[in-house]
Amino acid sequence: MTNEHVLAHDAEKLKQYQIDSDICIMEVCGTHTTEYFRTGVKDIFPPRLRLVDGPGCPVCVTPNHYLDHAIALAGQKDCIIATFGDMVKVPSSYSSLARESAGGARVEVVYSPVDALDIARQNPHSEVVFLSVGFETTAPTEAVTVQQAREQNLKNFSLLPGNKLTVPAVKALLDAEEVNIDGFILPGHVSAIIGTNAWKFLGSEYNKPAVVTGFDDHDLLKGTLLLLTLISENKPHVLNEYTRVVRDGGNQHAMDMIYSVFDADDSEWRGIGVIPGSGLLLKDEYADFDATKKFTVDIPEPKEHPGCRCGELLRGLILPTECPLFGKGCNPEHPIGPCMVSTEGPCAAYYKYGR
Amino acid sequence: MPDTILPGHGSGGKLMNDLIHDTIRETLGNESIQLDDSAVLQLPGRQIAFTTDSYTITPIEFPGGNIGSLAVNGTVNDLAVMGAEPLYLSCSIILEEGLPLDELKRVLQSMRAAADYAGVSIVTGDTKVVPRGKGDKIYINTAGIGVFTSPPQRHDIIPGDAIIINGYIGDHGTAVMAERNKLSFSRGLLSDCAPLNMLIQQVIQSYPSSIRFMRDATRGGVASVLNEITKDRPFGAKLIENSLPVHDEVRGVSELLGIDPLYIANEGKVVIITDGKDAPGIVEEMKKIPEGKDAAIIGEITDNYTGSAYITTRVGGNRMLPLLIEEQLPRIC
Amino acid sequence: MCLAIPMTITKIEGNKAVAESMGVEKTIDVSLTPEVKLDDKVIIHAGFVIEILDPETAKEIEQTWDEYIKTMENEQ
Repeated sequence: MTNEHVLAHDAEKLKQYQIDSDICIMEVCGTHTTEYFRTGVKDIFPPRLRLVDGPGCPVCVTPNHYLDHAIALAGQKDCIIATFGDMVKVPSSYSSLARESAGGARVEVVYSPVDALDIARQNPHSEVVFLSVGFETTAPTEAVTVQQAREQNLKNFSLLPGNKLTVPAVKALLDAEEVNIDGFILPGHVSAIIGTNAWKFLGSEYNKPAVVTGFDDHDLLKGTLLLLTLISENKPHVLNEYTRVVRDGGNQHAMDMIYSVFDADDSEWRGIGVIPGSGLLLKDEYADFDATKKFTVDIPEPKEHPGCRCGELLRGLILPTECPLFGKGCNPEHPIGPCMVSTEGPCAAYYKYGR
Repeated sequence: MPDTILPGHGSGGKLMNDLIHDTIRETLGNESIQLDDSAVLQLPGRQIAFTTDSYTITPIEFPGGNIGSLAVNGTVNDLAVMGAEPLYLSCSIILEEGLPLDELKRVLQSMRAAADYAGVSIVTGDTKVVPRGKGDKIYINTAGIGVFTSPPQRHDIIPGDAIIINGYIGDHGTAVMAERNKLSFSRGLLSDCAPLNMLIQQVIQSYPSSIRFMRDATRGGVASVLNEITKDRPFGAKLIENSLPVHDEVRGVSELLGIDPLYIANEGKVVIITDGKDAPGIVEEMKKIPEGKDAAIIGEITDNYTGSAYITTRVGGNRMLPLLIEEQLPRIC
Repeated sequence: MCLAIPMTITKIEGNKAVAESMGVEKTIDVSLTPEVKLDDKVIIHAGFVIEILDPETAKEIEQTWDEYIKTMENEQ
């Protein structure tokens, strides 16, 4: 069979899959949120299968005060904020980087954190602050960047640490016992770093099946079919569909890199609260690259929109369409919560692709 | 003559006269450019099409073109998709102090080449210079006039109509984005910057009563054109993912930067909605013209999802193609 | 988060390398996978190789999963 035939075959299998009682699965990765829509796989879900969104969009779980801090830094004289494009339009308590940029602040979008080092070299009289966000996939790239900054003796470069870890967040969700999830679609690229083994606790401690899944249409079809099979068989195994990339033990070198630069610490997740051991802070020996220590700025008291239900959404309690603000008052043009603004935010995905 | 643009090049003095005579007029065409405040033109027929557009782009030179060819083809295409035959263009240039004259000459040479290829004359123009830092090297405005030799017959779009494109989508935006994001191409990728007037005339003359709608898919890409067509109308526009002509390079850059080729700008692509049964014949006619050699039917007008554009993916699911609110930014999530 | 795409290594110089996919070339950093070699298929995130692909093992395991799904299907 050619690839296209296999694809069509698996698509048909998913469409025809017999489900006897309601099944709720959660994807933990924001890229999965959008890819389920983009590939059309969600459109061919069998009846009674519900997909809820987990806390897997780093932009969505970044608390307001982090962005407020970044914006305060952007307001300093001769400061350049270097950031992934994802963060630019996200509303903070009072503004957004896009709005600050229009007002004269220097905000540079980079594809790779090491590009921020180039900006620092090209602007020796400015301070370059890189907004270090992202999960386990991105953290090692940021760790390497800090190490290179030290090797190159770049004095005008620093990070605003905002990295988060997915495993403690998934544990916290399950411990809260607010939502009944039958199984997990696990993030392929986070798992490339931490390894399939890091998720084994889902089966052994929580009795939940889970499948590490890749991101193309065929990965999504197979990952979903595997998970449905595990659920119907009542087998709480943790399997790996994305074997071409993900190893059981992950990328140990990258893990070592993370913990040579960062320490895990308690961290606040937007809408969820403080989760023990779920964030990364720069080690003391890298304090000279830590924007929180290098600069003193006034950060305003953070403010959330009272009606915004992003928090419940990120805990898997509601779907975007179940938020009273969705499409009424909150839309991509005038987003109220982060889940509507981030490209991989669940609300943005539902608004954009859903019907 | 100095080899960069100086404030004096916009002063009205000798420096400016030299620039106009020795560089601009010399390159764009002594025989066509009239030096009066306006050009006086002979217009055959009565109905004319008239348009204007301003061009700014960073970088001003990109693989497959530069701001000059863009400024000619863009305006030619705005006339062509109306069914008009473009005849005359104006050319108004805003230069930033410090622009190397060689760069300006290259831009003018491509304007001239593009105008000659499309069969239009640049007949009038203007030049201003702004201080360093107040412009992005060069801005060009072109206005254009076209005539109707065989006026298009307008028909309403109905379900069953076909959606045709004249070739690969997203090349222009991708070529420009690659320059900005330090990406390169092992086999090369060029902007699709090209005039559409010959192609469109071929279609109009061979199938005069089958065309419902034509629009060049520039900023916002093919998806934005389809949104424009379907907004508040009693039909939907469906694309078939497997029939979309997309170069590997465009797919590659899109995956790398997390963007969607359907929203990437083109500068030589036209979306044509035609009677469904004539569509295969129209595609054959289009293939006779260089700008249409990769023409394809990419979708149809349907009764489903009325008022919206959508795409049927490889797995057979549908996803909506809403209008984007802002430009796509490279992302990592 | 975590958009990442497969590419092939065409050149290595220290911790920098050039990777190619679908005719697109990009300079990337290989600090996270020091064992990377020329012609390796890799997965790139934010300008870094985060893992080297292993298509052979992958194929074997994928077949096992296919079988697994098929068996379940027949029982259904």
